[in-house]
Amino acid sequence: MYFPVTGEYEKVMDVQEYIASGILELYVAGQLSERENREVATHAKAHPEILAEIEAIEASILSLSKTAAPKTVASFDHVLPRLEEVQETKVVKLEEKKTPWPSYLGWAASLLLAAGLFYVYDQNTELQSRIEVVEEQRSDLEKQIFEAKQSLEKSETLLTSLRDKNITVVPLGGQQVSPDSYAKAYWNKAENKVFIDAQGLPTPPEGMVYQVWSLTLNPLTPTSVGLLSEFETDENRVFALSNANASEAFGITLEPAGGSESPNLEQLYALGTVTGP
Amino acid sequence: MQLETLITRFQQRDTVAFEKLYGMYAENICGVINTIVKDDTLASELCQDVFVKVWKNAESYNASKGRFFTWLLNIARNTAIDEVRSKTYKDQKKNLSADYFVGILDRSEISEESSVDTNEIGRLIKKLKQKCIELIELLYFKGYTQKEVSEELEIPLGTVKTRNRSCISQLRENMKK
Repeated sequence: MYFPVTGEYEKVMDVQEYIASGILELYVAGQLSERENREVATHAKAHPEILAEIEAIEASILSLSKTAAPKTVASFDHVLPRLEEVQETKVVKLEEKKTPWPSYLGWAASLLLAAGLFYVYDQNTELQSRIEVVEEQRSDLEKQIFEAKQSLEKSETLLTSLRDKNITVVPLGGQQVSPDSYAKAYWNKAENKVFIDAQGLPTPPEGMVYQVWSLTLNPLTPTSVGLLSEFETDENRVFALSNANASEAFGITLEPAGGSESPNLEQLYALGTVTGP
Repeated sequence: MQLETLITRFQQRDTVAFEKLYGMYAENICGVINTIVKDDTLASELCQDVFVKVWKNAESYNASKGRFFTWLLNIARNTAIDEVRSKTYKDQKKNLSADYFVGILDRSEISEESSVDTNEIGRLIKKLKQKCIELIELLYFKGYTQKEVSEELEIPLGTVKTRNRSCISQLRENMKK
């Protein structure tokens, strides 16, 4: 009999009750958790009755399972050679584990694939941006072609106008302010138009504009024909103006932006008389 | 030699110790396998496989896995169940009845080659109720959980543990006679 030391009594389990609970049968069946297994093993060490009970339960299962044994059970001699084989294959397996080639190959393949995909993506992005640039260039060229066509049409129209038989050409020579300047007036009396070719005039300073005057000589009377506006941006520097005057001469003066009522003769850049058709 | 010493030596790959353990448990383990596969030749083959596996996994046994026999039982059960689930087995055993191992016991009784004393079997299962045989077979040989057993045998979950205890007690009684 087990006599617990006084004070420890409460902690001592009721062995008979524990045995009767049926937990030991489940222990032998392998139905308990790892924690429960350890608990039972601990109790079995502390209480010989528990160990004896476990062994008895096990023995009953052993004899019952034995009754179902096949007619022939291989002798250990049959199993023994296979144990060595296991150890050999185990060594091979360990080596296999050191170099899991299929796994490496798998990773390598997926890395290659990822790299390949990235490369293709990168290439695609580059091509896309190149296409965009080319598109832009194409659109620019189209615009240039359109502008050139327009310019050509304009030039042709201009040329036709200047070649008109009714045109009177009036060369305008440079004056004191700017002796090197020159201009030409192509005057179509029939259509009351005058084209001023201002190619030979310097670019006007900021805030100033060239103003064209029609002059009658006796007495000298200037009449404004118009301004050579947007002088800098006009590509051929030929300006079409209306002139219904009976002009005897044309003059070009530099005037403040917007033009003046009467010409500032101190800023007379070009002047020429109409010599008749 | 003490069981504990044998197990320790077996875990150190002592074939002599393993031979002793084989002698102690081979027939029982082969029997457990046979209750599942219900084929003497196949059970005998699988039984050898199980002991090879046991040797291979010697280090993995420890007290947290319960009794040594319980550990063996577990490996045997899993091996046999895997076999039963395999395609080859299913193809060959289409007409196999789902009978409990009593069927095998009946066959053993008429077999003269059997190493088991037929009187012993009779003695063991005599008076053991059918319910008890089923319960023991499911819990010990087929590895059913208590819940699965309660569903299979249609008994309340709470009574599985106590009924199992009384069935094992009955079995132990029969062994004494």
